[in-house]
Amino acid sequence: MTGKRILAILAHRLTILVYVVFALFPLYWLLKVSVTPNKLLYSEGIRMWPSRASLEHFEFVLRHSDFPIFFKNSLIVSGSTAVIVTLFASTAGYALSRFQFRGKYALVALMLLTQMFPLVMLVAPIFKILSPLGLTNSLTGLVIVYSAFNVPFATFLMQSFFDGIPKDLEEAAMIDGATQFVAFRQIILPLTLPGIAATLGFVFTAAWSELLFSLMLISGNAAATFPVGLLSFVSKFSVDFGQMMAAGVMALVPACLFFLLIQRYLVQGLTAGAVKG
Amino acid sequence: MASIDIANIHKSYGIMPVLNDIDLNIADGEFVVLVGPSGCGKSTLLRMIAGLEHVTEGEIRIDGRRVNELAPKDRDIAMVFQSYALYPHMSVAGNMRYSLKIRRIAKEKIAELVTAAAAKLGLGPLMERRPKALSGGQRQRVAMGRAIVRQPKAFLFDEPLSNLDARLREQMRAEIKKLHKDLGATSIYVTHDQIEAMTLADRIVAMHGGVIQQVGSPLELYDKPANLFVAGFIGSPGMNFFEGRYDVSGGAASFALDGGIILPLNGTTNLGQGGAGTLGIRPEHVVLGAQGPDALMATVELVEPTGFGIIVHLKLGTVAFKAFTLDRRFLGMQGAIAVSLPEASLHFFDAAGQKV
Repeated sequence: MTGKRILAILAHRLTILVYVVFALFPLYWLLKVSVTPNKLLYSEGIRMWPSRASLEHFEFVLRHSDFPIFFKNSLIVSGSTAVIVTLFASTAGYALSRFQFRGKYALVALMLLTQMFPLVMLVAPIFKILSPLGLTNSLTGLVIVYSAFNVPFATFLMQSFFDGIPKDLEEAAMIDGATQFVAFRQIILPLTLPGIAATLGFVFTAAWSELLFSLMLISGNAAATFPVGLLSFVSKFSVDFGQMMAAGVMALVPACLFFLLIQRYLVQGLTAGAVKG
Repeated sequence: MASIDIANIHKSYGIMPVLNDIDLNIADGEFVVLVGPSGCGKSTLLRMIAGLEHVTEGEIRIDGRRVNELAPKDRDIAMVFQSYALYPHMSVAGNMRYSLKIRRIAKEKIAELVTAAAAKLGLGPLMERRPKALSGGQRQRVAMGRAIVRQPKAFLFDEPLSNLDARLREQMRAEIKKLHKDLGATSIYVTHDQIEAMTLADRIVAMHGGVIQQVGSPLELYDKPANLFVAGFIGSPGMNFFEGRYDVSGGAASFALDGGIILPLNGTTNLGQGGAGTLGIRPEHVVLGAQGPDALMATVELVEPTGFGIIVHLKLGTVAFKAFTLDRRFLGMQGAIAVSLPEASLHFFDAAGQKV
């Protein structure tokens, strides 16, 4: 290997390293502040790691704040939204991918249209709609709103996964004796698992970190999700950075776990070998 | 096993006609090959028989029973796809088992049928593998196994060998023929490869532009092509064509090729005095190094040895044509050469391209 080549590789690796450090630094800072005792937070100046680390903020957040409620709410809202959206999106995506029907393009255009408005514009009308139905200040209301906003994009996502599965496969199944629905369930769906996992992950994280609607539709702590809950660490006179960061670290856990679970499907190219060679 | 009857089939996508007035009766146990260039409608016709395409007009009967409205699953046919279409998340055994399982056949019976089919195709050692761990030829074989395992009324093949390399294609071709001999099942095979058509078929159906051009045994199509399309499509290297005019004057018939060369004829054709037409001759019928009054002077443009024989590219006046010979003396040939076009081997087509 020539010196020039080694230099090129080094420069390449270094660039990646710089990028990774840049991207992960805020997460590191979150962790660092969360384990820094309040006493040291302002007194030590800027240090990469506090001279004494403690889990006191975590303990406080878990025992004396409403964070467990926020966390549970978020879990319910995000989980339900992810499941509902994926169910709708996979059936709708399959229909868009495989069937020709009247008004198909109008429907697609309409779905695209819903994605074009800034959300802020829609907050007031949505509040107006949900309020008389008693769906403000409720998790159900949030699930409905999140699902409505995520279905169009998730449908397009699923459609592209279905488009990637050769039509021959379900035709073969239909000749083998399956109805279209059985072919969908037994042949196509198992092959779309990576797509379903991606959609689940995408919708889950979108709902998990949503702040605007949660803030506007929910008042009080009982139905608050954790992004709103984080704001409760900000009071009129001070900000409890340590506790806020500890809550933030814990909020990261479900999203990380979720992706850990589905990453096998995300990277799997299951259709390899289905057609041609 | 079953007969398949196709009566007055029309197919169009919107206003675009794809198939026109297709009439075809396929006897029980017959091996019929649909052959034609891309876009001639042969795959569409096959997919209509399978039930994967809607029939715009006409009737398809399998074993005398109208199937136009039947779903593919109720037609009891098997199909081998060009892409193989193996289920990637199932093993070889799973792929072969699927159609039987869906029909709720008893487990022991399934095992027995799958084992028998696998033995027939030499798939035994591959049964637990997934499709992606198989080579092209093995996948092809699994696709065939999936078709034969449930002993359907008929087999449909949609260009099943197109994705294989030449050697494997030849080998699989022979296997398909052998399989048909063993099973005696009614088979319809779609291909654009005229060699596959010639070697496999009991009967060939040559198609072009959504219309059947000729139906007949392979040699019938080769020796007596019904029109210019079939003459040009069947055979490799393809038939030579010379355009010209038929002339009978003073009791002597001749064909004046465009470019001024006159070919005297002893017999007569139905072209009619002064009728424009096309003369065709197969490359292997062109006589190289001819002597006598019939000899014409041609120029050698190129010599292609194939090992088995030699393809000589020639020019007669301005018209290019080919000759095929097994005689290696012609390998180093260049310049002018005397050729003759024996009258017995000539085919005449009228201005509309129909054989006369």
